[in-house]
Amino acid sequence: MNDLVKIFLTAMLIDNVVLMRFIALCPFIGMSNDARKSVGMSLAVLFVTVLATAATWPLYMFVLKPMHLEFLQILTFILVIASLVQLVEFYLKKSAPALYGSMGVYLTLITTNCAILAVTFDVIAKGYGFAQSMTYAVGVASGFTLSLLLLAGIRERIKIAPVPDFLKGTPILFVAAALLAMSFGGFAGLIK
Amino acid sequence: MRETNTMKKYLSIFANGILTENPLLMLMIGLCSSLAVTTNIANGVGMGLAMTFVLVMSEVIISAFRRLIPDAIRIPVFIIIIASFTTIVDLVMKAYAPALSRAMGVFIPLIVVNCIIMGRVESFSYKRTVAESVFDALGMGVGYTWVLCLISLIREFLGDGRFFGHAILPERFQVKFFSQSPGGFLVFGLLIAVALAVNARIAKKGAAR
Repeated sequence: MNDLVKIFLTAMLIDNVVLMRFIALCPFIGMSNDARKSVGMSLAVLFVTVLATAATWPLYMFVLKPMHLEFLQILTFILVIASLVQLVEFYLKKSAPALYGSMGVYLTLITTNCAILAVTFDVIAKGYGFAQSMTYAVGVASGFTLSLLLLAGIRERIKIAPVPDFLKGTPILFVAAALLAMSFGGFAGLIK
Repeated sequence: MRETNTMKKYLSIFANGILTENPLLMLMIGLCSSLAVTTNIANGVGMGLAMTFVLVMSEVIISAFRRLIPDAIRIPVFIIIIASFTTIVDLVMKAYAPALSRAMGVFIPLIVVNCIIMGRVESFSYKRTVAESVFDALGMGVGYTWVLCLISLIREFLGDGRFFGHAILPERFQVKFFSQSPGGFLVFGLLIAVALAVNARIAKKGAAR
């Protein structure tokens, strides 16, 4: 149990997927201009990351590895994720239209969200078991949510702040992200 | 006369990716790998080359088969083609440059989901000829690589005191901030600011003329 808590906190705070590892920067910059949109995106990412890990981990351990097909990892994982996203989209459209309305638009964008593919590769590379992998997936997705919401909040303040002409627009976002990343550096000593 | 015109067209496609539509500084896509691996110049060059290879090969194959790929399933087809070339790069790197491959880690597989490739394939090579696609891919690749090299030069020099791997800055002048993640964000933000300013000046000059 202790081990799982450690994995979760490390994935969420210490190795924050966006601020410390620079994964999933495109949605981080592109989707954070509206707090409501970023909540929808984060939910979709959480959902698909967990689902994708639950699908690819057994696939690697029970199919690719025993058959010595490890070199097909990239090809199979991306295909599994892409088709999974499609399936979820069809299912939600049919059976939960309300949820689809709030989350659906982001699902199509998610296939190319690096965080998901990165998680599925990470858990294999780190040699995690199934429970550890799922915890890691939830941790990474929560870390993504946290940083996305933080930046969305900061952007609302930037709108009314006097920004130097030179930095107006996107540059100031990266400066804000740099400061955020610095504060996340403080979590480094959290777990020994 | 016609020859010089086609030459000019290819050159302008090539030049497009280097500044005016630079994938990193102007379109701001495919950012992840550009900040994560750029702590030293060797990684920057390696990532740039890997990316350029996948970009050129995918664009060539897709534009060559563009009339055969059905519209409805083009995205899965693109993904399979891109993933195949990424696998080739991954295996070649593991065999011939194991140290570089370890340093890049998960960022080589992540080339598959890099928006630059998907974006160019979908918006350019699916509609254009093979020759045009080659020049577009090369332009985008070079545009990506030079920005990567510049970021890694700055971060390696300020953070590690090294220039192309030679130590020149003594320890007490090094700012570790730059080799860590906040420094990556800051350097990239300032680079975008400079690129936007340069672009605005070019546009102004063009309008005045």
